[in-house]
Amino acid sequence: MVQVTDNGGRPTANEAGALALRQIIGFTAFVLLLFVGVPLTLGRSPYFITVLTNAAVLSFISLGVWVTFSIGRMNLAQGAFALVGGYVTAILATRYGISFWICMPLSGLVSAGLGALIGWPVLRLKGVYFAMTTLSLTEAIRLLALNGGDVTKGATGIVNVPPPGAISILGLTVVPQFSSANPMPYYFLASAMLALGLIAVWRLSTSRLGWVFRSLRQNEDLATSIGINIAKYRVMAFSVCCFMAGIGGAFFVAFQQNIYPSTYTVADSVNFLLYCFLGGLDYLFGPVVGAFLLVISFELLHAVQDYQALIYGALMIFCMLWLPNGILSLGLRPLAERQSSKT
Amino acid sequence: MPILEIQGITKRYGGLTAVNNVSFSVEKGEIVAVIGPNGAGKSTLFKLISSFVAPTSGKVLYDGQTITGLPPHEVARRGVVRTFQETAIFKEMTALQNVIVAHQLLCRASSLGIYFGSPKARADEASFGDRATEILDYLGLGAVKRLQARNLPHGHLRALGIAIAMAAEPKLLLLDEPFAGMNLEETDTAVQMVRGIRDRGVTVVLVEHDMSAVMRISDKIVVLNFGLKIAEGAPAEIQRSDAVIEAYLGRADDELGH
Repeated sequence: MVQVTDNGGRPTANEAGALALRQIIGFTAFVLLLFVGVPLTLGRSPYFITVLTNAAVLSFISLGVWVTFSIGRMNLAQGAFALVGGYVTAILATRYGISFWICMPLSGLVSAGLGALIGWPVLRLKGVYFAMTTLSLTEAIRLLALNGGDVTKGATGIVNVPPPGAISILGLTVVPQFSSANPMPYYFLASAMLALGLIAVWRLSTSRLGWVFRSLRQNEDLATSIGINIAKYRVMAFSVCCFMAGIGGAFFVAFQQNIYPSTYTVADSVNFLLYCFLGGLDYLFGPVVGAFLLVISFELLHAVQDYQALIYGALMIFCMLWLPNGILSLGLRPLAERQSSKT
Repeated sequence: MPILEIQGITKRYGGLTAVNNVSFSVEKGEIVAVIGPNGAGKSTLFKLISSFVAPTSGKVLYDGQTITGLPPHEVARRGVVRTFQETAIFKEMTALQNVIVAHQLLCRASSLGIYFGSPKARADEASFGDRATEILDYLGLGAVKRLQARNLPHGHLRALGIAIAMAAEPKLLLLDEPFAGMNLEETDTAVQMVRGIRDRGVTVVLVEHDMSAVMRISDKIVVLNFGLKIAEGAPAEIQRSDAVIEAYLGRADDELGH
């Protein structure tokens, strides 16, 4: 039975309050788990901390792909923009000795700028055409890195990238010197990135901008007919996506202290997409659930790692056929629906 | 000065001339209908006016300024808003959200302001909510505004399509077959609705098949056949026009089977 409420078009204070409260509780629990639960339980196992660090940043990058999904585009170029971000940080840090803390935002901005430039024409394409074009973009950027001569150092890659340095404010060390021997600072940085990324994207997708993005996915002709500048909003969503790829790429350079043209390939771009699919496209936590689930289970199942590509492929097909709204659809209503309808 | 002036507009698709050198004008506050048999070029003409399609030659003037060649959202910004033949709505939103999103042109806040929830953005959202409710009530959708749009019955979808267009505050509203697929009673309601929209100061141009509805509400009718304008005038004149009768019914002796 559908219950129709009438109160001037807005959810009642109670409804909105209850909704916001549940979201805040869920998010707070997740943040506590990341910053307190995990360090307390797994803090002494560098191996698990490394796995979770990977999962957190891969989630962060996939969150960008999720944003592109909200305008109805399947982005297979996320690996390319992560690679660009990675090289920006690697080059600036090794050649000019610039601090990682400056390199990282710059990586995001360069990726976002490049994304806007490439996105402007390419985002006119839809469906499989956009997917194919972005897929070839991943390959094109890899080849560019491979043949980048002295700038990218070709197949040798850029190695010995210095780890992030300490940050002190008024003689007080706020952030310690990172070192490859201790993954803990990286883990905290990754967790902070994921938490901030989630807040930023949550704000985006619940604001008017998010509604405009979804209107593009649902009917671009209708959106343009009511005066929405569809080209502008498409590029906006895509740039946000590329920004996140650039930041994530910069993180991994600092984490692994090296970058090669093969650091991100087409397979990585596909994986970012798969994390979103598996978790659920309608849920902000979709890419997070998908990434953690796959990254962790593959670490635990060493025996099947040779078949990773095969299993990922099968999972993708399974999701599209039988679980089109992802794992989270088994227990939750989509974000947009929870926001707008009170049935 | 006419609010809309179409000057010798032509659209060719390869060898096919969909619209051939059509000219007419629309005065402020009028309801003008474009009619014609299937394939007469009505829909193409519609897309040409709303700038969804670029003409091969000719131009469209709105308020004395050429709007041909502008992107569709720019044309909408100036006040020319179209609806769609098929029920075009945002399916995965509630009726209310559909109309709130459609207030885009009234947004005063910048994108950053919207993102950070500036006072201007919050004021915008509050007023859009109120305005959307008002529009939905006016078009008889008040009771279903919280339903997902994809679950609405067909008649409501058409009204929602018009509600979305109204949210953009058009000065000139282009309705693409607003009465298609409606029974007599629904058509009556829709005719009242279109009159009501005109009475709110909106000029209406509609493309339609339903002759009786068109005869009732139009101040002027433009008849197309095979892309050419074959008649233009008040409903009574059109009803007497030989060219129109021939286009719609065929020649008298065809009907007799000779």
